Amino acid sequence: MVRPQDRKFVSADPDKCVGCVVCEYACSLTNEKTFNPTKSRIRALRMGPLNNIAVACRHCEEPACVAACPRDALSQEENTGIINVDEEACDGCTWCISACQFGAMMMHPQKKVVFTCNSCKDQEDGPQCVKWCPEEALTFVTAQQLAQKSRISAVRNLFQEAKE
Amino acid sequence: MYGYAGKVLYIDLNTGKTWVEPLNQEYAKKYVGGIGLGMRLWLDNSKAGVDPLSPDNPLVLSIGPISGTVFPTAGNGHSFVAKSPATFGIGEAVAHGTFGSELKRAGYDAVIFKGSSEKPVYLWLDDDSVQLMDASHLLGKSPSETEDIIKQDLGDYYVRVAAIGLAGEKLSRIACIINEKTRAAGRTGMGAVMGSKNLKAIAVRGTNDIRVAKPTEFIEMVKEFHERMKGPAAQKYRTLGTSENILVHNALQCMPTRNYNNAHFENAKKVSGEYLNEKFVVKIIGCSSCAMRCEHEVVVPEGPYKGTLTRMEYETLWAMGPYCGIDELDAIVKGMELCNYYGIDAISAGVVVAFAMDCYENGLLSTKDFDGLEANFGNSEALIQILEKIGTRTGIGNILAEGVRIAAQKIGKGAEKLAQHIKGLEVTGYDLRCLKTAALGFAVSFRGADHNRHGAYAFDVKGKVDRLKAEKGRGKLVRDMEDIYALIDSLIVCKFSRGTYYKGLVDMATLYTLVTGIEMTAEELKKSGERINTVARLINIREGLGRKDDTLPWKVLNLPIPDDGPVKGAYVTLDELNLLLDDYYQSRGWNSNGIPTKMKLEELNMNALLKIVEEKLEV
Repeated sequence: MVRPQDRKFVSADPDKCVGCVVCEYACSLTNEKTFNPTKSRIRALRMGPLNNIAVACRHCEEPACVAACPRDALSQEENTGIINVDEEACDGCTWCISACQFGAMMMHPQKKVVFTCNSCKDQEDGPQCVKWCPEEALTFVTAQQLAQKSRISAVRNLFQEAKE
Repeated sequence: MYGYAGKVLYIDLNTGKTWVEPLNQEYAKKYVGGIGLGMRLWLDNSKAGVDPLSPDNPLVLSIGPISGTVFPTAGNGHSFVAKSPATFGIGEAVAHGTFGSELKRAGYDAVIFKGSSEKPVYLWLDDDSVQLMDASHLLGKSPSETEDIIKQDLGDYYVRVAAIGLAGEKLSRIACIINEKTRAAGRTGMGAVMGSKNLKAIAVRGTNDIRVAKPTEFIEMVKEFHERMKGPAAQKYRTLGTSENILVHNALQCMPTRNYNNAHFENAKKVSGEYLNEKFVVKIIGCSSCAMRCEHEVVVPEGPYKGTLTRMEYETLWAMGPYCGIDELDAIVKGMELCNYYGIDAISAGVVVAFAMDCYENGLLSTKDFDGLEANFGNSEALIQILEKIGTRTGIGNILAEGVRIAAQKIGKGAEKLAQHIKGLEVTGYDLRCLKTAALGFAVSFRGADHNRHGAYAFDVKGKVDRLKAEKGRGKLVRDMEDIYALIDSLIVCKFSRGTYYKGLVDMATLYTLVTGIEMTAEELKKSGERINTVARLINIREGLGRKDDTLPWKVLNLPIPDDGPVKGAYVTLDELNLLLDDYYQSRGWNSNGIPTKMKLEELNMNALLKIVEEKLEV
């Protein structure tokens, strides 16, 4: 039994992300065997030249997408937090898309059902976007690790001498 | 097809009629894509002697076979081709970003715009759907504003947009086409051609899959190039960026300064890449599928231009800085932002401003001509004001917006001597008086004065040849570089990545084959490079250009470098130029008038185009 704070998801560091969308290509290649960002489970967004970030499913506790689904097509794996889509049950009503605050739930352009990040669970070496990211901006982390990382940088900023 | 989308979209702006034709497979292999394919298609769709700003000058938007794949830098470029309103020969300009890959996913290798729309329109290309949309609410808007409004109108943030600004609408011959706010298809006035068609923007959304012929080997090659791009071949672009060249060129005294009055700028340190990176650069971002990243985003930290945000590269920094005698980096950055705002090529813009300043200092233009402005070299306020005038075509800006060649004709009084251009295209940041391999490359470049058609400066700058000497053998050096550069712009890969192709053409041929499934050798690809340069030459000949136009700016031929140092006194004599041209034509298999011979055309399987030069060869 994995504790909730130990579940891993893909997170982007906005300071490092440059908007190159290599993650989108890696994802669509791995999961759809094609080059097509519109079939990627992670999407990069550039708001003006300076603000770049890639967003994927964060495997929330109490996932709003699962709660919103009127057909019980979505379920969360207990150990990993991954949201599974029952493609037979999903009718593409998009309630889950409305419910997700991160825009991590998306409509598949051809299958007409929703899809989201599965952490590349079938891949031995984990999420391929993380592996491919040229800037090492993506990490496969737990909530615990993210919080620690933020604390460390906050403390570093506070105590300038601790830098390096 | 693999790699190629297999379709060419035609749009008749006169009638609003659109149709699709299959991509000519022979063209695909022979001209690769990008500018090569674009120029070949332009030739088929145009008549000799066409006025560049008339509806009869088609505008071709083309991408390469690698576009839309994950191959680093190769997946994201696009090119525009048309007769240039600046050179009256073939014009072309390439830009990167995400626009090109989106066009491939929409399912096209090229889009050909014919005619001219009665009302302002923009093209909305949504996979198979092709619509001409009303653009009257976009008139006068900058490319960046246009992009934002179109995304809003269409309700999709991920739509990719290439647009012209006010300068393009007003047919400025130095107008460019900008995509994603900071990426410009800058040179040869393609923005004016777009403006002449009343076409404000092109918006694209593509959702189709891109397939490659040999995916497993292709991915291995991608991984290999990701590693190479972390290494020394791309280091410059990841760190200081091209603006590193300021101090390098200055030390070599090959940085044209104050409109070619000097070759060295005494205040270079104040506008150096080092200083820019230390004080102004806030982030380096990348294009779609790139594993390098080069785009240095700068923000002015303080002073009157505080908060100005733009991309900065060597050429544009040089043009509006040292070339205008200006050592205030914040004003140069502001100038760059203005160029993007109005949609003008910042290289040409800087050279035009320097020309105007030179005219002012020589008494050919007065304070009155500048509406009270003292337009001396080094006056940063004058730079900003003149750029505003050029962008809006007001006052003296109306003449300057024509580029230096036509502006000089209009000003008269010997202003031609101060107009530093080749074939009507403004010079770039390499002092040709002391870089004689580059001088040849610039002289013969089919799009006019430009470093990006050959990169021949590298031999001079890196000391591989005696840069002050004009000698036989330089022709072949330039020819080979031209062929590679034409391929780079046709595949389309990024020029900044050229060093990562350790085996050069062999690597490029492998990439082409893995993506398209069409067998290609390095030798065949080299021949395609030669063919692309030759078709450009044929177009220029058809449009009336020839040996007389393969020349150098007046100051390069007449004003020796005055600065103390190892290159003092250097310039290019007419004898030297002729020697270089003869050597180049010979290495190309062209006759002494610079016309490709029948034998050469047959060798390149270009017999169908022999008719263009047949009469000229008989004389």
